[in-house]
Amino acid sequence: MALEILEPGLATSVQDRGRPGHYNVGIPPSGAVDLYSALAANLLVGNPDDAAVLEAAYMAPKIRFTEPATVAVTGGTMPVTINGQSAPQWEALHVNAGDELAFAFLQGGARVYIAVSGGVEVPAVLGSRSTYGLGGFGGFDGRVLKAGDVLPVGAGAQVGDRSVPENLRPRFERELDIRVVLGLYDYRLTDKGLAQFLESVWTLTPVADRIGFRYAGGSLEWKERVQPFGAGSDPSNIVDAGYPLGSIQIPGGLEPIILHRDAVSGGGYAMVATVISADMDTVGQSSPGTKTRFRPVTLDEALAARAEARSRVGELRKALQ
Amino acid sequence: MTAPTKSESRYSWGGDEHLVVQISEAMSLEANFTTMAIANLLASRELDGIIDICPSNASFLVRFDPDVIAPADLEAAVRAAELEVGDTASLSLQTRIFEIPVWYDDPYTRETGARFRDRHQRPEGNDLEFAAIENGLASEAAFIEAHAGSPWITSMVGFVAGLPFMFQMVPPERQLEVPKYLRPRTDTPALTIGHGGCFACIYSVRGAGGYQMFGITPVPIFDPEQKLPDFSDFMAFFKPGDIVKFRKVDQAEYEQIQAQVADGSYRFRQAPVTFSLDAFLADPDGYNASLLEVLYGA
Repeated sequence: MALEILEPGLATSVQDRGRPGHYNVGIPPSGAVDLYSALAANLLVGNPDDAAVLEAAYMAPKIRFTEPATVAVTGGTMPVTINGQSAPQWEALHVNAGDELAFAFLQGGARVYIAVSGGVEVPAVLGSRSTYGLGGFGGFDGRVLKAGDVLPVGAGAQVGDRSVPENLRPRFERELDIRVVLGLYDYRLTDKGLAQFLESVWTLTPVADRIGFRYAGGSLEWKERVQPFGAGSDPSNIVDAGYPLGSIQIPGGLEPIILHRDAVSGGGYAMVATVISADMDTVGQSSPGTKTRFRPVTLDEALAARAEARSRVGELRKALQ
Repeated sequence: MTAPTKSESRYSWGGDEHLVVQISEAMSLEANFTTMAIANLLASRELDGIIDICPSNASFLVRFDPDVIAPADLEAAVRAAELEVGDTASLSLQTRIFEIPVWYDDPYTRETGARFRDRHQRPEGNDLEFAAIENGLASEAAFIEAHAGSPWITSMVGFVAGLPFMFQMVPPERQLEVPKYLRPRTDTPALTIGHGGCFACIYSVRGAGGYQMFGITPVPIFDPEQKLPDFSDFMAFFKPGDIVKFRKVDQAEYEQIQAQVADGSYRFRQAPVTFSLDAFLADPDGYNASLLEVLYGA
């Protein structure tokens, strides 16, 4: 069984749940930017959690199946067709040999996930099939897909009709409150700078990919100081340090950048907050132009939100048994 | 050099999955050494729930799963490790020293530098010339001599896969310092020897960059296909704590090493060493000479 890529989409890559454990040498976890939607797609087609799926940003691929299979499309809202006939998202779809899966324009969110029963069986690298583009490895040849690529698919399980209940599908808003834990180098901002960070309505720029999401819409005031040795001359510079996933750095105080699953692992810009794990999928489904405010929460609130997100995953599993 | 001054470290949460500990705001060999020692000690405890321990120049990052280890328990374990390291009278690091051959002033980085001259502080010259002037050295040759003369310690690996940041093992007054480009380039050849602030780096992959460019090495440092024998364990060669000696090579030797890399016969010249901070601080030049004896034989 294989997937033939007829049209590649804009930036389509193979992703699973990622390869944790090598961030200390600059290899980020990678994996699906919206882990919840990727999991839902796998559960719909009867795959294990860690099967590899396709993640397509903004424009999705056109795919031909060489054998019968079950597929599912989740994530951002994008009309789906099979052989030109409209087909639903968030449902298991049964396709035959030669069938073609295609998409119309994106209507909500930013990324769709396409799972096929058996999973995309590219070789695992460091325990994961996820593509890491900057490093040029993992996924299919370490890169985004091109027309003509043929992706091997494993042996899948037989599943019946399944769909994700409406209340367990993410909603995609164009105005977001993203919860953050303040800290890291936030003491480098003046009180006014911190207020500017939290009170500004930031707009996501087109510079938004698996590495990071860059926002515009304000400017922040930093405390003046004699910069420490090795830190660089701008007040937003620090001695190069590790960047947490989800951390928000603000080069020059102008454009906040949230690092995502292909994060650069470190550098010399002060970070002032970190997006909580429960809101990372929401950031990942933001499209350019999305208005975003950063809302501070405590670590305990972040942990409570994490537990809530986990119980939602529990409900999803129950619904798709 | 003066003895390290104890300063208050700073603990902070990076969301619900990261703990960041700043040992010092300023870069120094002592701060990096302390960072490395705490990171190594913490790693040796093999605590469940710790996903990554990433030492960087003067701080470290722990990525953890709060469903497995409670944040308070993690913080307690890290503070205990910090305390234990602080109580150790003499710190030493089990590491290795190896050689990186460099073709300084090569045509690849020179051409790239010329292409992005409008982003540079000194559009009329080249990066090496600029670095020599910035450091009060008489010539590019004198800068290269200082750069290749004393070993460097890998103070951090990251930004992208396998990219080392290195800090030279010399007294502060001899640290080479060069500002980054005014605006970053959109291109840098892979394996460029770069420099920004007080740090050297080697670009592990081709891509954007803002560091000054001094030369290029024929030796791969990141090899996802793990073709060379020195990559059989892992695809990235550098590890935090590695000690590096740059050696100036000419075009002929650069090409010769490139051919060895291509036919798979290249081996890094390397040797295990124990690095003692106190012994180094007492006599930096003498200590460095003894490290080089380990690398090249007495």
